[in-house]
Amino acid sequence: MATKPKAPKTPLSPEQELARRSRRSFLALGAGTVGAAAGGYWIHSVMGQDDLPASLRSILGVNERVVRTALYSDRHLARTYPASAIGKIKVNGEIGMEEPIDQAAWCLDLAPLGSPARTLSIADIRSLPRFEETIDFKCVEGWSTVTQFAGARISDFTAKFAPGSEKAAYVAMRTPSKDYYVGVDMPSALHPQTLLAYEMNGKPLEDRHGAPLRLVMPVKYGIKNIKRIGGIEYTNERPADYWFEQGYDYYAGL
Amino acid sequence: MSRVKVLEEKHKLATRWFHWLNFPILAAMIYSGLLIYWSYDPYRIGLGNVTIFHFFPKGFYELTGVVQQLAIGMALHFAIAWLFAINGIAYVLYTLISGEWRALTPDRNSFREAAHVALHDVGFPVPLPPQGRYNAAQRITYSAIVLMGGLSLLTGLAIYKPAQLHWLSATLGGYEWARWEHFWLTMGYVGFFVIHIAQVIRAGWANFRAMVCGYDLKETEINTNGD
Repeated sequence: MATKPKAPKTPLSPEQELARRSRRSFLALGAGTVGAAAGGYWIHSVMGQDDLPASLRSILGVNERVVRTALYSDRHLARTYPASAIGKIKVNGEIGMEEPIDQAAWCLDLAPLGSPARTLSIADIRSLPRFEETIDFKCVEGWSTVTQFAGARISDFTAKFAPGSEKAAYVAMRTPSKDYYVGVDMPSALHPQTLLAYEMNGKPLEDRHGAPLRLVMPVKYGIKNIKRIGGIEYTNERPADYWFEQGYDYYAGL
Repeated sequence: MSRVKVLEEKHKLATRWFHWLNFPILAAMIYSGLLIYWSYDPYRIGLGNVTIFHFFPKGFYELTGVVQQLAIGMALHFAIAWLFAINGIAYVLYTLISGEWRALTPDRNSFREAAHVALHDVGFPVPLPPQGRYNAAQRITYSAIVLMGGLSLLTGLAIYKPAQLHWLSATLGGYEWARWEHFWLTMGYVGFFVIHIAQVIRAGWANFRAMVCGYDLKETEINTNGD
């Protein structure tokens, strides 16, 4: 920035005064332009990298804290739709589902917080109250499709099969192959619209949509809505998350 | 009596800072927005099966380097959005509190006068109506741009948290409409930018300098015979 010039002996003429002000301001504009160009260069340099720079990660962390403290409520429900609004949802992710699934051999590995691990069957999940919801499923890419799902609420699931685990900070879920995995903050997992779904659009869940059991949570982007769940673990450590590792926001909340 | 030049303040320091800060911030928002839009780009000008222009052609994406940059685009967009919102809200508050809004907002004559300004600017022999700091066309355009900024913030929030801000998304016509509105507001900025630059070039150097340093010279009459 320009320093203050020494007091002139004679008052400046309007032309001189304008020239002085103009010089100072254009220097400041020039400095600002250099700064903006440096910012543009920085953006250019972080594009194409595998992970986000720490500075952007920390701002996403601030955003998450702001949303979780000032905005999030499990009384805020995602909009629901009539059955006539149901669209044709595309299959967008097959990670962890490359191999065909043997439904008869499927079981769910459950690791509650502070109590021994156990194994559940699909009949155990179906023994819980069944909820149905027609919601707008939103992909992180920007598209969305109205889809109907039915299944058990995680809040009911936790109360019955992992009582006390509601106190955990996170739920981790993974495919049987462990190739796809997500971490979900507990408030979002216990949201009344968050389901362990076994039906879609009035039919049993198809293999490519994550049979026999998938996560559906309209308060998160699709990347968190893991298909073909093979394991559920309650934990206080933030779990690994597939798309987080690819540079996406961990929270990914809607 | 004689004519002399005196210094005249054209734009307040705060206004100039808000204006010049907004330029790189909005540019970064538009670019990071493009990184996001690329991954789902349904918008077009057309009807039915006839598409006149698709936003955007493949060559445009390759030229701008936005291919496969969704994750960084979202992170940049949701970080810089703070700056966009803070600068915009501070500007609106400043304008309201300082009274500067009076020079900026259109009045009941503005729309008729703006038509005269527009005809004059494209070459018709229409006299320019008297104006204050901004002419009627500027008053309408600059006020509209500020309103659009507010709408960009609101439509952006409706897309960002459609479940937590379901009332906002619903008010704006739903998630998909909010995204469409957000996109076309941005196209509006691009259109504004083109016209704005053309008008700044037409208006000349002294006008541009005044937006940078705040001042210009004005001719005035003074009494020189000692009365």
